[in-house]
Amino acid sequence: MLSFFLLILIYTCIYALMAIGQNVITGYTGMLSMCQAGFFAIGSYATAILTTKLGWTFWETLPVSVVVSALFGFLIGLPTLRLKGDYLAIATLGFGEIVRNVLNNWDSLTKGPMGIQNIPMATIFGKKINPYTKVGFLILCIVFLVIAYLLFQRLARSRMGRALEAIREDEIAAASTGINVTKYKVVAFMLGAGVAGIAGSLQAVFSLSVTPGTYTFMVSVMVLCMVVLGGMGNFMAAILGSFIIQLISYFPQLTGLSSVFPPQFKQVLFGLILVVMMIWRPQGIMGRKEHLYGKERKGGKQ
Amino acid sequence: MNGLTLGGIYALIALGYTMVYGILKFINFAHGDILMVGAYIGLFTYNALRGSAPLGAWTVTSFFIAMIVAMIACGFLGVVIERVAYKPLRHAARLAPLLSAIGVSFMLSNSAAWAFGTQSRKFNYPFDNTPINIHGVIITPHQILILAVAAIMMVALALFVDKTRMGKAMRATSIDQDTAMLMGISVDKVISLTFAIGSALAATGGILISLDFKAYPSMGMMTGLKAFVAAVVGGIGNIQGAMLGGIILGLLETFGVAVLGIPTGMKDTIAFGVLILILLIKPEGILGHAEKEKV
Amino acid sequence: MILLNTEGLTREFGGILAVSNVDFEVEQGLITGLIGPNGAGKTTLFNNMTGLDVPTSGKVHFDGKDITGMPAWKICRLGIARTFQNIRLFKELTVTENIMLGCHFKTGKDPMKGRFANAFRSYFRLQSEEDDLYAKALHWMEFFNLTDFRHELAKNLPYGHQRELEIARAMASGPKLLFLDEPAAGMNPQETEQLMETICRIRDEGVTVVLIEHDMRLVMNICDSITVLNYGQKIAVGTPNEIKSNPQVIEAYLGKEEA
Repeated sequence: MLSFFLLILIYTCIYALMAIGQNVITGYTGMLSMCQAGFFAIGSYATAILTTKLGWTFWETLPVSVVVSALFGFLIGLPTLRLKGDYLAIATLGFGEIVRNVLNNWDSLTKGPMGIQNIPMATIFGKKINPYTKVGFLILCIVFLVIAYLLFQRLARSRMGRALEAIREDEIAAASTGINVTKYKVVAFMLGAGVAGIAGSLQAVFSLSVTPGTYTFMVSVMVLCMVVLGGMGNFMAAILGSFIIQLISYFPQLTGLSSVFPPQFKQVLFGLILVVMMIWRPQGIMGRKEHLYGKERKGGKQ
Repeated sequence: MNGLTLGGIYALIALGYTMVYGILKFINFAHGDILMVGAYIGLFTYNALRGSAPLGAWTVTSFFIAMIVAMIACGFLGVVIERVAYKPLRHAARLAPLLSAIGVSFMLSNSAAWAFGTQSRKFNYPFDNTPINIHGVIITPHQILILAVAAIMMVALALFVDKTRMGKAMRATSIDQDTAMLMGISVDKVISLTFAIGSALAATGGILISLDFKAYPSMGMMTGLKAFVAAVVGGIGNIQGAMLGGIILGLLETFGVAVLGIPTGMKDTIAFGVLILILLIKPEGILGHAEKEKV
Repeated sequence: MILLNTEGLTREFGGILAVSNVDFEVEQGLITGLIGPNGAGKTTLFNNMTGLDVPTSGKVHFDGKDITGMPAWKICRLGIARTFQNIRLFKELTVTENIMLGCHFKTGKDPMKGRFANAFRSYFRLQSEEDDLYAKALHWMEFFNLTDFRHELAKNLPYGHQRELEIARAMASGPKLLFLDEPAAGMNPQETEQLMETICRIRDEGVTVVLIEHDMRLVMNICDSITVLNYGQKIAVGTPNEIKSNPQVIEAYLGKEEA
């Protein structure tokens, strides 16, 4: 039972990384991207291929994973700039599906539908981080999550965070205020993609195998749900959202009622969450974090 | 299934997207799943009515009855979805109705999987589908059916939009909602009617396509997405555009596989490729007008 | 000294000349009015001078530079700021944040570089940059009497204050030239009176102002020079008194007198 709960925590961390990325793209910048699964996959496969074919260590693959995912974030971000919300959503959906399709068909590189097996475990100071015992792996995930959270929190509180929100609120006004909208949008995409790539690398050394079937549109929807549920524009909320969605996801197994609930139960619930949250509480459970400035930041709100 | 017939089906479904977008400037993500529901309702109704009768007049009749039942049911479903999941968000932030639509889509497709299982179901032809030779053109009754149904529906819709009072109200609302309201047009009714018609047409498309490609819970997403691409290609918000776009996409898809040799596994990517191309070259579509945001 | 001028600016939309061969001049330190009947092309001219639209032909010069076709964000950084006919505020952000965004590009280096390094190495430097921006924002809030509202979301402000906030945001970018598009729209006489005072105070700060307005009392009262557009063409330019009695201007607004 404890082991199972640790599993949920590990997935919370991995998905929280993706949710943080989604938050930058959608929560802050207002772009409805539906392809976090695609960047997730790219990160996973980058690590998988480099460790199995070239014998790299997990740590060595990390920068590659980030760079390649961010690069795809750039490639997706640039052409979609002109697109309005609805079209952007569909275009990114398409991208996610194309990634999965390519991974499925490019046998020579990705071994097709079978995927890549026997990925070596990550090691630190010579000791293996064993996903089966989970505790060590969970610590690894938490470290990544904390670092990501701190970095992105700082981003949120900076001019860049404000600029992204300005773009979300009114692009034309933002441009007239001296914000290079194009640059910021693309960078937002790259940041969101990069952090999803890291999540992917972690996933690869956790399940020790990667198959295209894991990186479906549903993963993107789950991540979206996490951000919507927790609260857009709030990184702590993204982590909370991840935890809740993972709990829902594993609820049947947690309560031992797997036979009662069909596998589609959680998916119907995710859809319902999206609809209900939008109508009832669009700001999410935690809402947008209010920033205080100057003296008030130090002394509390006057 | 050749390019023209596939295109006809895409056109039927694309009309739903384009009409809703024309009025609400909103892409109904769940539209594809409505066609899936239509396919299933049609399938079950047909099987129930048909019993074990041999192929003949009764099967054909029960097929058309099933189609009408599905159309009505989906029309109703479309209206309900609009009222429950979209109407409350009409004045909310840009992203809200989109996310809601994604949620509805997810709920529909997964509920269907829950209820009917993920295996695809065969929808048997209500007639003998051996190809006929008409003046040297080899065509199956199914293809004739599709062309006939698509043509009739599109002509009916065009006449409705053009000649009837309600049709005029729809056009007025899509041009300027506020003014339409001031003219006494019940915008709510117009929107409901738009969803009803679009959903009914989608049901038809769903039934016709499942005759060849079977019915399965996730058919909505792929087919719906392609129909959406068709709507964009033709010019979203434009009814003739949807018809034109549908036919073009149908032709491109069959052309791509047959002539360019694109493997069938990657067939779906043709639609995405076309989408990216049109969005880069002429995002307003072939028959569309560039919409400039007023500053 | 001429701070901004256009040379033969033309903007065509599918056969219609929204702006036709306009030579528009703005003298530094003055308040210039741009008037004309609805549809005369005033906002289009604004858009073409502020980088939100690209002219079909002609040029725009600002402060000795050719800014024709430059994107809006670059033009802003050169010293032009503007407000909008329909008020474009960042609705879900607070008053403070709206104004801090006005000073977005004002401090130090581009924050895009080393943003991650910033998180660790220069935490304190980034923080002092933020405090700096906040201090600037406070200054403008005081100028426009918005200090009490600083924690309020922009969308919750009363209409008159929303207009002021938009101007405050524009001023926060430290422009040399401020474009105001119908700032008095929807205002009652008292609010308009206050607006006139505000615009004069802005002028006294050394900022050149150009405004589009339909409120003739405001225009005639505070503008030093007025340019009149009709059907995309410049039909008159001069002092308020000259414009008041210009027969072509009168005709444009009231129609031709019966012979």
